[in-house]
Amino acid sequence: MSEPVTTDSSTTAKSGVDVASFASRRTLVFRRFLRNKPAVVSLAVLLLMFIGCYVLPPLLPYNYSDLDYFALQQPPTTDHWFGTNALGQDLLAQTLRGMQKSMLIGVCVAFISTVIAATAGTIAGYFGHSRDRALMWLVDLMIVVPSFLLIAIVVQRTKGDIIWMIVLLSAFSWMISSRIVRGMTMSLRDREFVVAARYMGVRNWRIIVRHILPNVASIIIIDTALNVGVAVLAETGLSYLGFGVQPPDVSLGTLIAGGTPSVTTFPWLFLFPAGVLVLIIFCANLIGDGLRDALDPGSRALRKARK
Amino acid sequence: MTRFLARRLLNYVVLLALASFLVFLLASYQFNPLENLEGRNPRPPQSVIDAKAAELNLDKPILIRYGLWASGVIQGDFGTTIAGQPVTDELWRRIGVSLRLLVIGSVIGTVIGVVVGAWSAIRQYKISDRVITIASLLIISTPVFVMANLLILSALGANSVLGVQLFEFTGETSPDAIGGGWNQFVDRVQHLVLPTLTLVLLGLAGYSRYQRNAMLDVLGQDFIRTARAKGLTRRQALFKHGLRTALIPMATMFAYSFAGLFTGAVFTEKIFGWYGMGEWFVRGTTTQDINIVLAIGVFAGVTVLLAGLLSDIVYALLDPRVRVT
Repeated sequence: MSEPVTTDSSTTAKSGVDVASFASRRTLVFRRFLRNKPAVVSLAVLLLMFIGCYVLPPLLPYNYSDLDYFALQQPPTTDHWFGTNALGQDLLAQTLRGMQKSMLIGVCVAFISTVIAATAGTIAGYFGHSRDRALMWLVDLMIVVPSFLLIAIVVQRTKGDIIWMIVLLSAFSWMISSRIVRGMTMSLRDREFVVAARYMGVRNWRIIVRHILPNVASIIIIDTALNVGVAVLAETGLSYLGFGVQPPDVSLGTLIAGGTPSVTTFPWLFLFPAGVLVLIIFCANLIGDGLRDALDPGSRALRKARK
Repeated sequence: MTRFLARRLLNYVVLLALASFLVFLLASYQFNPLENLEGRNPRPPQSVIDAKAAELNLDKPILIRYGLWASGVIQGDFGTTIAGQPVTDELWRRIGVSLRLLVIGSVIGTVIGVVVGAWSAIRQYKISDRVITIASLLIISTPVFVMANLLILSALGANSVLGVQLFEFTGETSPDAIGGGWNQFVDRVQHLVLPTLTLVLLGLAGYSRYQRNAMLDVLGQDFIRTARAKGLTRRQALFKHGLRTALIPMATMFAYSFAGLFTGAVFTEKIFGWYGMGEWFVRGTTTQDINIVLAIGVFAGVTVLLAGLLSDIVYALLDPRVRVT
């Protein structure tokens, strides 16, 4: 099988803290990731956008809610780089404000949902029996409950508060990943190093943290990266329909929704926020793909060798 | 098999009951169906508001309300909207609209997606594979509501260049489409082109990525070599043995995407002005109508469960290694 798995497990089984070989595996993965040009570029772009959307607004002459009555519905000029909308609000400031919301929600949701998925998945897979059955039944229930609907219902009352958005979106996006983690944990549970640790009297939670988690780490990392794009899509989608961030605050979704009716006459109102949104999700997906190639190279390299 | 199915179905019923109860609980705490009435200016007399509340059973305790609703559903009656129309009739009508919108686009998208994905797997690392991979990633990264509007934008451009209204963007039919059956047909097709194209692009991008991966997993297997060794041409070996096997893991995808189709079409329906399930979901939530939301919730739950069952059955039929216990 793929070689990283065995190195990983043997070192952890030996002592639990073999720093040298962990670092070497890490550098290996890091080097493989760096070789993937599109992924590196998109990571740089995404970081730049993340920093930019927080650093730039104070430097701009216009706040996202300021009204410029002398520039209504203006196409991009040197004064307003992205143009202005019907109220005279600067679209660049608004887009940056929307990026703050959408990216923060995306990253937070991806992390939180992955943490939930890892916890639930390893517990269900490692302990099995009643805990497994209960957790998987919960997963089934959560899948059957239409999440989009529930979030839309609740958001009406929470008025698009960003914390609530994060909580709700995370609560409904961990189920599939937890099933994958559970499957991997079940195949690890009876491996020698885990059994050995158990017979040596290591406590269960310690086995999970020390021996199980490092071995499912790659899938968890990949999942987190790919979930960023999914979460941004979910947030902007809800906001587009009016079930997310509420005015006067803006998200990329509400900006795009605002620009849609005038897409033919004042296209910049639609094109700028939409372009930024597509760029964010595209970068997140490319990073996810790059991480998959770096962490789980088995599929590609092996096949090439066989041919 | 029968026992397995029976146990499965029982579990489904319990899951559905719990899911609908959850939706009901949340909706009845969050929604105020009387808001529209109370917000009127001048405000109607309290007796009118109370009468409406009594009509909607709002004066009863929550558990009893849920019981009343559930006993109605068992008899096939999903209650009434706030305005008093029966939900069940509307539900069937909306499902019909959604099906007319979604079936063609998703079938075409799926088929082309599978073919393109398999083809790009065979040509791994060649120029065409790279172009397809990047293009499909770009499409996946484009939200539906952006894609649909971009299509509208370019269709408008095409319309003005051609000087005729070739593409239509709103609704199923034009109200002024009169004349014979042929005119009606052309009118429908004109309305279908853009939403169908949206769905085709989305399906194509998603499936080609998955199909490429599934196909790559199969291509390295020994049985492909065996098939070649026994004298099949490369094409025969790849399509008869490779593609067939690579389709097995895709069965689950097909099934679940069928389930996600109705609720996932919210944006397509909203943007192109089709009054199907997705548009109903938006309307039900914004008008705070508990019965509409519940009907959609139950419908979504049923489709997800059916899809799960279907994918398991297809799996068991296609893959001899899977045993049903």
